[in-house]
Amino acid sequence: MTTPVLQVSDLTTTFWTPEGDVHAVSDVSFHIDRGETLGIVGESGSGKSQIFMSVMGLLARNGRASGSVRVTGEEILGVPLNRLNQVRGARMSMIFQDPMTSLNPYLTVRRQMTEVLMTHRGMNESAAAKAAIDMLDRVQIPEAGRRIGMYPHEFSGGMRQRVMIAMALLCGPELLIADEPTTALDVTVQAQILDLLMQLKRDTGMAIALITHDLGVIAGLADRVMVMYGGRVVEEASARDTFKRPQHPYTEGLLKSMPRLDEHGVKRLETIGGQPPNLQDLPGGCTFHPRCRYAVARCAVERPLLRQTDTGRAKACHLDHLGDVA
Amino acid sequence: MLNYFIRRLLGAIPTLFTIIAVSFMLVHAAPGGPFDKERKVPASVEAKLIEKYHLDEPLPQQFARYIGDLMQGDFGPSFKYPDRSVSELIAAGFPTSLLLGSCAISLALLLGVFLGIWAALRQNSWIDYLCVGSAMLGIAIPNYVFAPLMTLVFGLLLGWLPVNGWGEPRHMVLPILALAIPQVAAITRLTRASMLEVLGSNFVRTARAKGLPEAVTLTRHAIRAAMLPVVSYLGPAVAYVVTGSVIIEEIFRIPGIGRYFVLGAINRDYTMVLGVTVVFGALIILCNLIADLCYGLLDPKVRYD
Repeated sequence: MTTPVLQVSDLTTTFWTPEGDVHAVSDVSFHIDRGETLGIVGESGSGKSQIFMSVMGLLARNGRASGSVRVTGEEILGVPLNRLNQVRGARMSMIFQDPMTSLNPYLTVRRQMTEVLMTHRGMNESAAAKAAIDMLDRVQIPEAGRRIGMYPHEFSGGMRQRVMIAMALLCGPELLIADEPTTALDVTVQAQILDLLMQLKRDTGMAIALITHDLGVIAGLADRVMVMYGGRVVEEASARDTFKRPQHPYTEGLLKSMPRLDEHGVKRLETIGGQPPNLQDLPGGCTFHPRCRYAVARCAVERPLLRQTDTGRAKACHLDHLGDVA
Repeated sequence: MLNYFIRRLLGAIPTLFTIIAVSFMLVHAAPGGPFDKERKVPASVEAKLIEKYHLDEPLPQQFARYIGDLMQGDFGPSFKYPDRSVSELIAAGFPTSLLLGSCAISLALLLGVFLGIWAALRQNSWIDYLCVGSAMLGIAIPNYVFAPLMTLVFGLLLGWLPVNGWGEPRHMVLPILALAIPQVAAITRLTRASMLEVLGSNFVRTARAKGLPEAVTLTRHAIRAAMLPVVSYLGPAVAYVVTGSVIIEEIFRIPGIGRYFVLGAINRDYTMVLGVTVVFGALIILCNLIADLCYGLLDPKVRYD
């Protein structure tokens, strides 16, 4: 077995707030293999973004992560900043949800791209600019040679996300973390960006961690899916299994609350009742039990551990089959 | 950009005219006149003086005469120093005031930006609290309270620095400090707030995600962006320093134009007060213009058309 590109073990991320500690991520372990696309799904506050903020060392000042994060075997959690800076941006890059504000408005695209290559590859300015223009071409920015001299506000939202992607790929990373890369974009532009990511993935063979709350995005792109709820992993399975045979009540609820075009007749869209959990005051037992239609007495007192159910499948639920109780 | 510059200069003319018109009305509306003294001069002499300075004419005519002279660069004769023109007095005092003011602004900028960035980088530490706390004091206590206090401590009790006089660098220390302290405080607070905002911004997060050395992230990405509000503040800051220097020059007996302004106001030396007002007004307009141009150099979204 080869070393995974990313191996996260027992990751716990805590934020100190005046109201007390908040565990945004609790005991999360997973890996991403070489060339694999892992989809991370969950509602707002499920901890899906904070996992990768911890991985990238980008937590807010009041946040602390513990556990272990290995990039191709090398531990990067808790290492000195200059050590971490050799990894991020080079072997592992990240793109963000909001391309409108993620680029520096006061520097040209050229400066923001060349500085990556000059830092990590020791290139001089003109060689770096050439490589940057090539990369802009690859993400299909027209007239890259001219537009590289422009400022971010002269680009549209979709184009800015392309610039972000180009910037992230400059050093040929083994892992690209995409944190809701299409959420802030128009629907048509979303599809273009997702196509681009797929194409780049095929061409480069890099692994992708795709964080999203949009199951449609996951269905098209991911090989494997990890479902998060209340800071914990509740289900992990191949993308196909996740959509065909969800094993966790929350995953099932998410799928059922997605509008579908291929169903006939007028049917009321199902929803998951209740509210997303308050991380400061998580319910005891299974954190999902107050909203779970299958919940039994045991769910309120005992927290289910993530357990293997099939080859490559795991879930955190006491029930063996969702049909059992319902 | 040159086009913009010229348009802004032209736009300054009505502003200056308004300043002059209002000041003219105010000084003439004040009770008393330049030749009212405790010891009365003979009526015939006073009549001659009044005639010589055209004070017998109706106000609109005096105003028109003053504007006409001003257009030719003539600030008129001083009523108090009959042998010297206001232009000469301003030319004599202005370099001193300018030196004092630019030293104070430079000190305030350097110190304020440094302290503000330091406090932001150490947010919620004792350094931060110390910087913010002293900045509050600096803003709350006016410089005419600071100046005598510093004179008392450093001049009289410790004897380190002269309490007044002018000509040597050591004479400048206390006046510059007194002028700079409120501005240091204001710029510290502004820089800290702006730096904190930028440090939490998405593009700084991107810079960190790119694996840039922290020093590069801070200087190239964060500090540069955080300086924008400070640059816009510099225009008004010059105004504060200039008006502040009127009091400071009086307290430390410095021969700048601020003192002439105060003396001119007390003596009803109409032309003197108006002359200094015009110079101050022009200076403030110019500094605002320069600040706007600098802002444009830092922010590519600003366009001059």
